[in-house]
Parts: sequence; structure tokens; C-alpha cells
Amino acid sequence: MQDFSYARATSRAEALALAAEGDTAILAGGTELLNWLRIGIAAPGRVVDISRTPGMDGVEALPGGGARIGALTRLNDAAQHPLIQHSYPVLSQAILKSASAQLRNLATIGGNPLQRVRCPYFRAEEPTPCNKRAPGSGCAALHGFNEKHAIFGWTEDCVAVQPSDPAAALAALDAVYVTERRDADGRRIPARSFHVLPSEDPTAHTVLEPGELIVSIEIAEPATRSAYLKLRERESYEYATVSAAVVLDLDGEVIRRARIALGSVAMRPWRLDEAERRLQGQRLGGPEVEAAVDAGFAEARPLSSNAYKIRLARNAVLRTLNLATRAS
Amino acid sequence: MKTSGDPITRLDGPAKTTGAARYAGDQALPGQLHAVLVPSTIPAGRVTGIDARAALATPGVVRVLTASDMTRVHPDLDKITCPPLATRFLPMQGDQVLYEGQPVAIVLAERLEPAEAAAAAIRVCYQRDAFTPPETAPAEPPDPAKGDYSKSSAVTFQKGDAAAAIAAAPVRLAARYTQPSRHANPMEPSAILAAWEGDRLTVYDAVQHLPAVQGALAAVFGLGADKVRVVSPHTGGGFGAKAFIWPHEILTAMAARVVGRPVKLALSRQHMHAMVGPQPQMTHDLELGARPDGRLAGLTHATANITSVTDDYVEFGAIPSRAFYACDNITTDHRVRRGHVTLPTFMRSPWDGPGSWALGSAMDELARRLGVDPLDLRLANHADTDPESGQPWSSKKLREAYEEGARRFGWRERPRGGTRDGHWRIGCGMADCSQGQARFHSTARVRLAAEGAAVVESSFCDIGTGPATVFAQVAAEALGLDPRQVTVRSGDTDLPYSGPTYGSGTTLSTGAAVQRAAERVRGRLAALAGWAPEETTMREGRITRANESRTIQEVLGAAGLPELSSDGAFDLPGGAPVDMGEAGAPARTFGAIFVEVGVDPELGLLRLRRAVGAYSAGRILNPRTARSQMIGGIIWGWGMAAMEASHYEPKLGRWLSKDLAGVAIPVNADIPPEIEVAFVEEFDARSGPLGAKGIGELGATGVAAAVANAVYDAIGIRVRDLPITPDKLLAA
Repeated sequence: MQDFSYARATSRAEALALAAEGDTAILAGGTELLNWLRIGIAAPGRVVDISRTPGMDGVEALPGGGARIGALTRLNDAAQHPLIQHSYPVLSQAILKSASAQLRNLATIGGNPLQRVRCPYFRAEEPTPCNKRAPGSGCAALHGFNEKHAIFGWTEDCVAVQPSDPAAALAALDAVYVTERRDADGRRIPARSFHVLPSEDPTAHTVLEPGELIVSIEIAEPATRSAYLKLRERESYEYATVSAAVVLDLDGEVIRRARIALGSVAMRPWRLDEAERRLQGQRLGGPEVEAAVDAGFAEARPLSSNAYKIRLARNAVLRTLNLATRAS
Repeated sequence: MKTSGDPITRLDGPAKTTGAARYAGDQALPGQLHAVLVPSTIPAGRVTGIDARAALATPGVVRVLTASDMTRVHPDLDKITCPPLATRFLPMQGDQVLYEGQPVAIVLAERLEPAEAAAAAIRVCYQRDAFTPPETAPAEPPDPAKGDYSKSSAVTFQKGDAAAAIAAAPVRLAARYTQPSRHANPMEPSAILAAWEGDRLTVYDAVQHLPAVQGALAAVFGLGADKVRVVSPHTGGGFGAKAFIWPHEILTAMAARVVGRPVKLALSRQHMHAMVGPQPQMTHDLELGARPDGRLAGLTHATANITSVTDDYVEFGAIPSRAFYACDNITTDHRVRRGHVTLPTFMRSPWDGPGSWALGSAMDELARRLGVDPLDLRLANHADTDPESGQPWSSKKLREAYEEGARRFGWRERPRGGTRDGHWRIGCGMADCSQGQARFHSTARVRLAAEGAAVVESSFCDIGTGPATVFAQVAAEALGLDPRQVTVRSGDTDLPYSGPTYGSGTTLSTGAAVQRAAERVRGRLAALAGWAPEETTMREGRITRANESRTIQEVLGAAGLPELSSDGAFDLPGGAPVDMGEAGAPARTFGAIFVEVGVDPELGLLRLRRAVGAYSAGRILNPRTARSQMIGGIIWGWGMAAMEASHYEPKLGRWLSKDLAGVAIPVNADIPPEIEVAFVEEFDARSGPLGAKGIGELGATGVAAAVANAVYDAIGIRVRDLPITPDKLLAA
């Protein structure tokens, strides 16, 4: 770890001003930034601490339904907020399956989707061929250990997956990341396209630009019939092998609309658009449901060691559909 | 008063939970420098140049040491065997690189942070050589010229004609079982602080055997052992990773000598993975032949484990096949696959841990083929005597353990395999647990003060398993005291010599020395009182004969003595430092593990629902600490079964993940409260005067096999390659 200077923002304007300067890393919860600094993923000359910036945390109901979550809201505070628990169980569950209780007390909802991939080649303490660590150096995982890597949207330049649990739930909820910048207007970035696929840029992680801060996350109408399922070889404190976020809108036993996002299967939370389209109008538990879900996997492509993840993800979706049906 | 055998709580618990206990990394000396090792980034080749200019320009950096700065080891080191030396190959004695992560330079700085920054700024130039990934290297017989590990047990063993017996047997099984490399990952990574005063060296070190470090470091510098002091009051878990002397310990002592200042090194988790060996990846090829009644007619077991190119570490994983079951025809063999990798080492549980995984799985497969209950198959093959030597065991109450375990688990009434509980399919499995019993020469001193307080002194180290509590109980029992009146001083080579804290041998060895010393003190106290020792009893600070009773203070006061001090020893036949039981009475611990698992075959999930372990392990000196040990072993075994794997990356020639984020180990949420532990009543008089045996490794044996057997019971999938991960469980 190299020496760095430290500055603390006392207002949102100051945070944006400090963030806009080059060679800067933003400190919110710090749980992931510390990893970057220790491993050498980032070596900023300056760290700007925004964790005490006023007015950027807490959960509030939006007029006309919906919720706004301040970016600095601690994960556990977001998950246990009554509005999130009751109206957005998929998000509450996803957060509570993240990390450990201690980390969730520190990490923020705005910082969590910014965590970088967990690919062991990317996280190596010494350089290995990885286009995200050293652009142009290749992808050692492509023909290496890739049991937990992508089944959707990968290219030969990067096969890593984005592991954030909340990000998968937010993608299923069609949430929006609300950002601000010092030198330009803020943006409203849809959660489903917040992360960058390797076909767009194998070196990138998110669409966030330097100096751009997430200030809040907005979710539209409540999604009481929703659920999150996280699969992993141990019961807690582990990234997903596959996770599934499902939001259902039912008319009796008929699916009016289903929204499905998979976590840890691609470089971004993966919406199963084709499955969602085919599920519309289907009766719950009917034989067409399986076929509709299977259609969502038509474009899945396995790597050398992870074909099982396709079946696992498919089964996870079917199970989560059932969980969401029973929710509310 | 009876104190050994009581379930008292850990006497060192408060110090550890409040942070008062000082571990090696907590130690500090005036003028100390912080060391950070610079690891090789290639697996094979030569260092052709090191550019340390940027590192040396870092404020706070004092020196950068390379091979040319280091002293050469003294020829005395050739006399130290492996083990206790972990490896013959010492980095930074030349320019050769033989594994990724091998230290090639040392940065010394006034603080840790500049040392780390400077280490990252060092540019090393290499001449790369082709390297050999170990797992795909040919399996070859170990070479005795490549270190002493292959002399630790019989590499090959043959009794009868196993091949012919198997060929003629009506029921046969041939299968290969594999397991990945696994790093020990103790909570405390290895750390050492080395300081010289003239030609005297003191090291504060995280170790499992202090005198071994003392002897090795003395040899490195050609000193008498009396010139080296090793201090290790607490070790934060070892599991084998701190059992032997690894290069970083030698290099730190050398660095301190070169710069003339104390040097402190704490390995990062990443460096720990690269510089301290794991349990090796290995394959087991088993063939079993059985008679229709289930009795084994023949058994062959051949293993191959990975090792480095410098030393042949042999993981004697076929030992269970010549120790667990009665059989007239047995052949075992051990081979190694040499590659450019950190030298593997002993890890809980060495030898029997890997072997019981393979053999315990094969026996379950055989039971299925025979159509008999797996427990009945074991009963039919119970080894009344040691199958290898034909000699009687020092003690064995396995039949009782089977019965107790089966009763507590409800084995005979278990649910049918595949029974549903929601999405979960339930399966039950069992396997044998057994571990060879090491004994170590040990000594101890017991001092009894007039006010009735006693002190136990011995150089053993407490790696977190509780010997300091148990030895206080042993001394207290002999002297009629409360264990809290006994202070235990350990972890310092200035104290009487103790054997190591590994091989499950500390309690029976050092404990016996403590008992003898305490009884000697008691005998002298009786003599001072003018009584024959055997006519006296001691209780609550008094010594009593018939109707006469005097306080310790009265007896010592009358004699004008402030205290009584005696030494005791646990000596092995022939003055040996270590053996595997008394001649003619091979020693082992035994038991059985029963588990119930849930498998969700649609989601590839495997979860432990409950477990019962029942053991025949001699006399249990403290049921509370013993139970904790066994539960820890079962959890250790669950990790082996369900998730743990350290992958060697064959294209890069390095360990892929060197941290706890990339290598899963069990967490609390994985472990159900329903883990039951039972010990059968036993007193092993042949193994030592305490009647005790060791349990540190026993609990981790057999578990992986029991889990794999339970998985088969649940869903009919036989997993022969550990760990049992979702990809192997998904229903087709």
C-alpha cells in the first residue's frame, strides 16, 4: 500500500468538488476500498472520505409510491427499514445475504454496486493476465479456473462476473442510480445497465465517470411479491455462485409481469428479457413456465468449467418464482 | 480431590478474550525493524538482477537485503533432519527460484507501511526456466536422497498377496479418490521477532515446538543451543503450519544479524500461502476384495501426492489401509509428483485424514455392493490386533464407540436415504475415525510454594488447544490443589524441555512429565513431614497421614524452605525423542463419525444437519476442552468435505487464490448446534501413566468420507473428488 493524503468532505458540494479532482478514491464504508489498496487494485494519491456528508443517508417514501435510499445508507439500515422490508422484500433479502453482519454495518448501499469483480485472477496480489487489472494483458480465467465465472455476456477479453447482491435486486426492480457531478448535470442511470459488459469495454466496471457520485437510489412502485435466492457452497459470508432476484405482478394465478435478474452470471446483473416476455400471461405452476424460463437461457454460453451454472441458474429462477409467489 | 477429568473452563480464556495474551506479532523490542519479504513472481528460474533504488528512496526504509547480503548457513544445519526443518531448500542462499512466492529479497524499514510500499517498488529481473505443474507430473517413488520425510513411515508395505486375493474375491471394488491441496490458514499468520545480543539470539515466534526452532536456528549459525532462546507464550492456531522451521524464520534471524537490529516479520495471508506448505493434493487408488460375509480378502491402496522439486514430502495416506481393518492380504504404496510448488507439509489430520477419506468412502461403496449396513461391514472387519504388525493395540474400545455413536445418532433407526424435507433430500453416512498416536520425550518442573500455590514449568506451547489448563489440572490433582492455584509457565526454551504440540502427543507426553514432577514434589513434602509418601494424601493445602494433618506451610516452614521444586520426565524407550507407541503395543486412537446431511439436488446445495462422533481415545483429562477439540475437528472435516481447495494454477505456476476471500472455509452458519461428542471410558496404561491419548487430530479424520457417504445415501451420487461442490450435486 502506498501513502496517500486524506480529506473529509463536510457537505455534498464539497464531496463533489473533491471527487472531481484526479487521482482520488472515494471512501464511503471503506470495506472494499481497503481491499483495493491492500491488493494494489487502486493506488490513489488521495482518499476523500464522504462517509459523514450530511443528507446522503436514510430511506424515504417517494410521493406517488416508490422509495429513495440515500447512497450512504448502511446496508443493514437499508435492509431493516420497514419500507424496504415490506414493499421491496427482494432488496431486503439481497442485502441481508451480502457479506457479514459486521461488514453490513459499515458498507453503504451506494458503495456496494461499485465493488469490483471477485475473479481470483483480478484479485491476485501479483499481476496475472487480466484486462481489468492491466488492459491488454489478456484474460487468464478464459482457459483457467472459471467454475464461478460468466455464462452470459462474456468475451474472450473478460469472463468475470459482478457479484453484488443488492445490484441484482435493484436491476430486477428497475431501480435508478441518481448521480451528481461538479462539472456536469447529474444522471439517472438504470440499474440494469449501470455495469459495463466486456463487449463494451473489458477494462471497465461501471458507467460511472471520474468524479461522479451516486447520491441516492430510487425505486418505483412497491414490489411486495418479490424474492431473492442466493446459492453458494457455504451458508453465509460468501459471494454467490448464482443468485436470482424475481419481482412478480400477478393477476390471481396469472403472471401479469415478471422481472428476473440473475447475479454472478455476467459482468452486470442479467435480466432474462426473453423469459420475462414469455412468462407474461402464463399461469403459475403451469408447464409453460419452465419453457419460458428455459428460453431466457438460450443465449447462455458456458466456459470450460462452468456449464453447471446454466442449469443451476435456471433452477434458481424457477425456485425464486415460487418464493416470490408466496411473498407479500 | 479429583481435578483431572473435571470439565473446568480454560484458565487462559480471560487473557485471550481480553487481548492480554501476547502472541509473536504482538511483541516489540526497542530499535526493531519491520521486514517484508519480496516474493518471486516466477515459479522457476534465476534472479538476474534486483533494482531496489526506488525502494531505498522510500522514507523509513533502512536496508534491502538480497541473496548476496545474507550469511551462508553453517554446516551444522546438515545435521538437522526434515522434519523438524521444514525443507532443505533455503531461499536467498543463491539466485535459484524453485517456486512462485519464494522470498528473493527482504525490505527492512522503521515502520511496516514503508516496508510494504518499498517491497512493492522493488523490480526483480529473472531468467525464466520451464516449470513443472506438480499435479500432472509423473507419480514416482520417493527418493530418500530428497530429504528425510520418506523415512517417517514405510513407503511400501506388503502382507500376503493382495492382488491374488482381490482377483479371487467374489465382491470387488476398484476406485480412485482425490483431494485438493488445502492450506492450514491458522487465525494468526506466522510471525517472528528476532534479536541478537552479541552471539546470543532471542526469537519470539509463532511455533508448535520451541526446542526444534532453537536447535535449527543454533545450527544455522553454528551456535550451541544454549545461545538461542525461543519465546512463544501463545500461538494462534497451528494445524501443522507452524510445526516445523520454515525459511522465513531463518531469514529473519539472518536479517537481524546482518543489520545488527531486532527484526520483526509477520507474514501476510498471501505470503503465508506461498511460503508455508499446505496439505498436498493427492490421489488414492484403492482396490478391495471381500468375501460374501463382508470380510476383506484383500486390500491395496496406492497414493500419489504433490511435492516440491527440492524435497520429497510424502503424505502417508495409505496408512489407514494397513491399520483400520483386519485383512490378511494388504499392499500399500506411496508416490510423489514433483513440481515447482511450495513444499507441502503436515496438516490436521496428516496421513490418516487423507487416508480415511479414501478408505472410508471405499468401504461404503463396498457395503452397498454387498448389501450390508456400513456399520456391520466395519464390525465384520474389526481389527482386534494391529493388521500391520500383528501386535496387540495399547488399548482399543472401538466396538464400544461404534455402539455409543450408533445409539446416540439413532443409526439403526435412521430415515431411509433420500427421505424428503421440503426441497431437501436427507442422507446419513458414517465412517471410521482413527489417528496414529505419537509420543514425545518431555520434561517439566513443578514448584510448590509454602502458601500452597504451585507453578508448572515446561517449554511446551499452547496453540489454542488448552494444555495449560489440562496440565494445571494434572498438577493440582497430584498436590491436592485447586487448578486455579496452579500457574503454568510455558512457551520459553529457558524452561524444561517439552515435546511438540503436534501429532496429538502433547497431553500424554508433557502431561506425564508434569504428573511425575508433581508426584515427586509430593513425595519430598511427605518425607519432610517424616511420613512415607504412599501413606499420605494431599487436599486443600494440607498433607495428611491417618489422623495427622499439617499444612504445606508448616512442613516447609519447619524445614526452612521457601518452596519445593522437582523435575519430572516422560522418557521413551532407548532415549528416543519420538515414537508411535510402546514396542509391541502400537498406539492409535479410534472412533466413528455419523452425519446427517441435506442435499438440494436442484440447487446443488449440501448442508450438515447433525453429527455424532464417538471415540475411543484413552482417558479424557478435561471433557470440556476435549469436546471443543472434537467439534473443531468435525468442523475441520466438514470444510474438507464441502468446500476447501487451494488450486495450483498450472499455466501460471502459482497458487491461484492466496486469501480467505478466494478459498472458502466453514463459517458459523454452516455448523448446526446438533453436534454430539462422546468418549468411551478407557485408560491406556501402555501409552503413558496418565492413561490418556491424543485427540487433536482424531476428530478431523473420517468426516469427509462420512459426508460423501451421506450424500450418496441422499441422492445416489457418489462423489470421489473433494470438495463436494454444487457442480457435483446438480441433478442431471
